[in-house]
Amino acid sequence: MTTMSKHTLSVLVENKPGVLARIAALFSRRGFNIDSLAVGPTEHPDISRMTIVVNVEELPLEQVTKQLNKLVNVIKIVELDQSQAVQRELVLVKVRADAESRSQVTEIVRLFRAKTVDVSPDAVTIEATGSSDKLEAMLRMLEPYGIKELVQSGLVAIGRGARSITDRSLRALDRSA
Amino acid sequence: MTEHAATPRRGDHPAAHAPGPQTTETMTGAQSLIRSLEAVGADTVFGIPGGAILPAYDPLMDSTKVRHILVRHEQGAGHAATGYAQATGRVGVCMATSGPGATNLVTPIADAYMDSVPIVAITGQVASKAIGTDAFQEADICGITMPITKHNYLVTDPAEIPRVIAEAFHIAATGRPGPVLVDIAKDALQAQTVFRWPVEASLPGYRPVTKPHAKQIREAAKLLVNAKRPVLYVGGGVLKANAGAELRILAELTGAPVVTTLMAIGVFPDSHPQHLGMPGMHGSVPAVTALQKSDLLFTLGARFDDRVTGKLDSFAPNAKVVHADIDPAEIGKNRPADVPIVGDAREVLADLIVAVQAEFDAGHRGDYTEWWTRLNEWKTTYPVGYEPAPEGRLSPQQVIERIGQLVGPDAIYAAGVGQHQMWASQFIQFEKPATWLNSGGAGTMGYAVPAAMGAKAGKPDVPVWAIDGDGCFQMTNQELTTCTLNNLPIKVAVINNGSLGMVRQWQTLFYNQRYSNTVLHSGPGHDGIEPPAQGTRIPDFVLLSEAMGAVGLRCERPEDLDDVIKQAMAINDRPVVIDFIVHQDAMVWPMVAAGTSNDEIQFARGARPDFGDDLD
Repeated sequence: MTTMSKHTLSVLVENKPGVLARIAALFSRRGFNIDSLAVGPTEHPDISRMTIVVNVEELPLEQVTKQLNKLVNVIKIVELDQSQAVQRELVLVKVRADAESRSQVTEIVRLFRAKTVDVSPDAVTIEATGSSDKLEAMLRMLEPYGIKELVQSGLVAIGRGARSITDRSLRALDRSA
Repeated sequence: MTEHAATPRRGDHPAAHAPGPQTTETMTGAQSLIRSLEAVGADTVFGIPGGAILPAYDPLMDSTKVRHILVRHEQGAGHAATGYAQATGRVGVCMATSGPGATNLVTPIADAYMDSVPIVAITGQVASKAIGTDAFQEADICGITMPITKHNYLVTDPAEIPRVIAEAFHIAATGRPGPVLVDIAKDALQAQTVFRWPVEASLPGYRPVTKPHAKQIREAAKLLVNAKRPVLYVGGGVLKANAGAELRILAELTGAPVVTTLMAIGVFPDSHPQHLGMPGMHGSVPAVTALQKSDLLFTLGARFDDRVTGKLDSFAPNAKVVHADIDPAEIGKNRPADVPIVGDAREVLADLIVAVQAEFDAGHRGDYTEWWTRLNEWKTTYPVGYEPAPEGRLSPQQVIERIGQLVGPDAIYAAGVGQHQMWASQFIQFEKPATWLNSGGAGTMGYAVPAAMGAKAGKPDVPVWAIDGDGCFQMTNQELTTCTLNNLPIKVAVINNGSLGMVRQWQTLFYNQRYSNTVLHSGPGHDGIEPPAQGTRIPDFVLLSEAMGAVGLRCERPEDLDDVIKQAMAINDRPVVIDFIVHQDAMVWPMVAAGTSNDEIQFARGARPDFGDDLD
């Protein structure tokens, strides 16, 4: 039996209108599920970088990357090996905390090296970054106090070491400009 | 420049990239569009004007290089562009206005996408300030066509027009060809801009690989000379790469049998002794069986479509797979490949010939004698054939076969979709590439007449026959008017069985002869079993054709068949339509029922061939 597993794809795309729609449409049309998606600028103004986490078997993963590669606006796709990459998510969470429980909540914040970004008489808002595992662990600890609201970013990731996946693509782009 | 189109492919427009004196002129966006079309070498545009595209039509009127053919429905424009492209190998162009004009192009664009046909569709869009406001005749055609185009553009800045047109033609024609849509806002067409040519494309993410990997080629050649039962499984990619000559050299060098898919018909001569026919649901017994029993599928520009493989997990169970395709995403999509090769079919074949020759020189040569003994047995025992019609009636297969014989292999044949399409693929002898046009992947009824029109526009000196069904013909026959008025004298053979024949065939086989809504000759009260009553023809195709300025002929008796075909062949100043009244119970055989294994092929109803399975 083949097993589903999570894969992190870094996708360099031209910074043009409609590119996100093209990628989202491709995933939905080919029946692939996106676990997480984050888009943002890179060091080059003409290139955006998407970090896409997909939960698929090995063979469909190959189809995902091949189909993505066919999109004219996609410049490069790299699968980031989890052990060879730094992967981070950001979470903002509003937790019920009154005078009695506030110190316990802030202790959890300290343990996870998170930050308290807002305080009111009945609640604190916490900002935390880290791997999915770490954030999950923190949320489990906060849950008994009452989570009033939670918002989480998509995962972003970068390979470890000196090598850059953007170098060559950027040079290619400069030549074509 | 970042494109790595190492060798210009058929249909490439190097003009856009050729060095030369730089043109820089001030003009409107609309003029810039027409100048760009002229510069990329577009000589024919099929279209209909309307509000948003109107500015483009004004300078189009003055162009001496671009001929505009005014169609009667935008779908006709799209299929005509496809027919033009398939017949000539150049990029086909269609044009429509915003909203419904653009959405009417959706079917032909989807069709071209499925069959990898290079077309560029140019649509007008509402003014840029009105985009997103649900303005009159506004439709998000870029959003709509995103999954059915190779790429598309929304242009709101007139300065971008030349570059976008150059890129659109380049993308459509290179790599795996396909449709590209360019949607241009009306104000961008009206505004003053500077036309610059040549332009440099800016496509950092578009680098189709055409040159195959040498190691993979050697591996493939090794497998081929070591195989006992290889088959060259040839698809439309070989035709599009214009690699018929190379294919023939490889086939004759190795002696391996060849099957050509529906999209590849004509790239290898039907008359060639190594040709086993077409594989798939209605393929020939030798072709289907050869793939099933093969130990090596040598796949060239084909994509293991479900209509070829039947039930995938029982398809060619003992075969290794070499899979060469220009589109890496096709390799391993449906069937894992033992040797994947990414490249242009022509370059792949050229390299393979050298590699196979090297294997021969080293003393490795495949021995397919035993294989050919079995193949020849199947060829002799199970040729494609058909049951004769009831006494005095025309059989559809006979009509199509006779057209092929009398008109010959130099003509272009465009089929609709259904029984007549399959019969045309089986009973017309194709000897040359780009003489068989059809809608293979999408299966678009109504394709034939406009596609034939487009082919005729691109190849005015070649006879063009549409082989159409009476169901298909009623979807797009209005383009006969276009043909009459634009001196495009095509021939249309309507294979008129009074029903939606292929659906009827399935109802006969799988729905207990309950003919729900497949009767075209009568109203809903008819049970579909009784033959059509004579003299109650609605519509009367002869009168309908004459109303559109074509010559309308009718043939109902076998003894008139040759005369009426010859009569049609003699008329060259206007379109000709022949209404062939054929018997309604003819069926397409052989057949592999949908979702079953190719091992279950029947060469006639209830008759499965004896494959000598005990030999395996």
